[in-house]
Amino acid sequence: MNGAVFLAVYQRDLRLAWRRRTEALLPVAFFVVAASLFPLGVGPDPQVLKLIAPGVVWVCALLAAMLSMPPLFAADHADGSLEQLLLAPGAGLAVAAAKALGHWTISGAPLVVAAPLLGLLLGLPAEELPVLFLSLLLGTPILSLLGGVGAALTLGLRSAGMLVVLIVLPLAIPALVFGAGASAAIASGLSASPHLSLLGALLIACLVGAPPATAAALRIAVE
Amino acid sequence: MHAVNTTSATTATAPRLTWFTFASPANFHRLAGVLGPVCAVVAAAFALAGLWMAFFVAPTDAVQGEVYRIIFIHVPAAWLSMVLYVAMAFWAAIGWFLNARMAFILARAIAPTGALFTVLALWTGALWGRPTWGAWWVWDARLTSELILLFLYLGYMALVAAIDDTRRADKAGALLAIVGVVNVPIIYFSVVWWNTLHQGSSLTMGKEQHMASTMLVAMLLLTVAAWAYAFAIVFARARAIVLEREGDTAWARALVAASKKG
Repeated sequence: MNGAVFLAVYQRDLRLAWRRRTEALLPVAFFVVAASLFPLGVGPDPQVLKLIAPGVVWVCALLAAMLSMPPLFAADHADGSLEQLLLAPGAGLAVAAAKALGHWTISGAPLVVAAPLLGLLLGLPAEELPVLFLSLLLGTPILSLLGGVGAALTLGLRSAGMLVVLIVLPLAIPALVFGAGASAAIASGLSASPHLSLLGALLIACLVGAPPATAAALRIAVE
Repeated sequence: MHAVNTTSATTATAPRLTWFTFASPANFHRLAGVLGPVCAVVAAAFALAGLWMAFFVAPTDAVQGEVYRIIFIHVPAAWLSMVLYVAMAFWAAIGWFLNARMAFILARAIAPTGALFTVLALWTGALWGRPTWGAWWVWDARLTSELILLFLYLGYMALVAAIDDTRRADKAGALLAIVGVVNVPIIYFSVVWWNTLHQGSSLTMGKEQHMASTMLVAMLLLTVAAWAYAFAIVFARARAIVLEREGDTAWARALVAASKKG
């Protein structure tokens, strides 16, 4: 992997996000609004809300991450800079990894921070909040990594937005199961550590597997 | 006219058989043209024999009565839905690593049939579940993973259909199929884990029970029929894709000209 390219792309993405702050905050805004709709949909019964809270938070985080995926490579692809970036030796992997990390820093981390607040809003007991936070801390990078593969595969397509969701959501199911399951385990008096360990294992697998797949997909797209 | 004659002369000589003989679209087109109808006949014969066994020979189940006969369609469909996904990913991988055009075409030709069998398995499962469990659908690990398999098929087909450039569509689809097949065991494991956490085993699907030998024979006959059908339809679809893509080559033109004359 080309470290110089990695750093340059990562810093550039952060700077671009900083210059367009409103745009960078859209995913977390979507996250909060979407999760707030559930009490309006299923009714304000605290028992029901408490039960579905971890699942709601996780599904909304999943959708927020996926919906913020398509623009990841789109601008660089459109103005041709992606093609130039990929020319450097070992740059494919570096671009893929830097973009995924950039996406997590800009869109994923705010979700992690906002999640406990949403948990409170949905009446989650205080002892479940740290687990929710931890599960999202481990889980959102997985979503950024998997989403990177989807964004690269659908680069430049007319229906990229919906396609990314359709392609990546089935692959993200394990993360959802273990992530939301961690809180559910606490709620039923079990330990959350097996879930969190599996989520960590999943994160490692994605760290190893997703950037090469993203790099390969990028190369197909600019070929 | 001259070109037509030379191509028909070259195609008339049998090609030397190697590993890559049928990687040539022209050779594959001819082979599939022979094998496809054979598979179709086999499928029809085995389906008739199997259905006759299933409806008239196999005994009524002691526990479930007549409704169990859905198993004869349900099980072959479920098997095929999984086998075809692996087959699709296999050809996608061959195409990816050897850059073989025919392999990509096969992967694309397999996907709709795989999705069809997945839908069949889900549908017959629902029809079976209603009278025996009292519910069209339960979030059982097997049902859920079959549903996710359908999503994987749909994702592949949607991606391939959305990309206009054939070469890019082939390669992007292949990458997605490979990523999908690597993920299938993880997804299955997570769904089993999720299922055991969220609900007690109120329903046991794979209960071991003795099967009458006629039931087994009927099921095997229908499984062969399903395989043969899959082969026949994949060959037919692959032939259509080959003609679509190779439409401007000399051999394809000669073929079309010959079929018009005949």
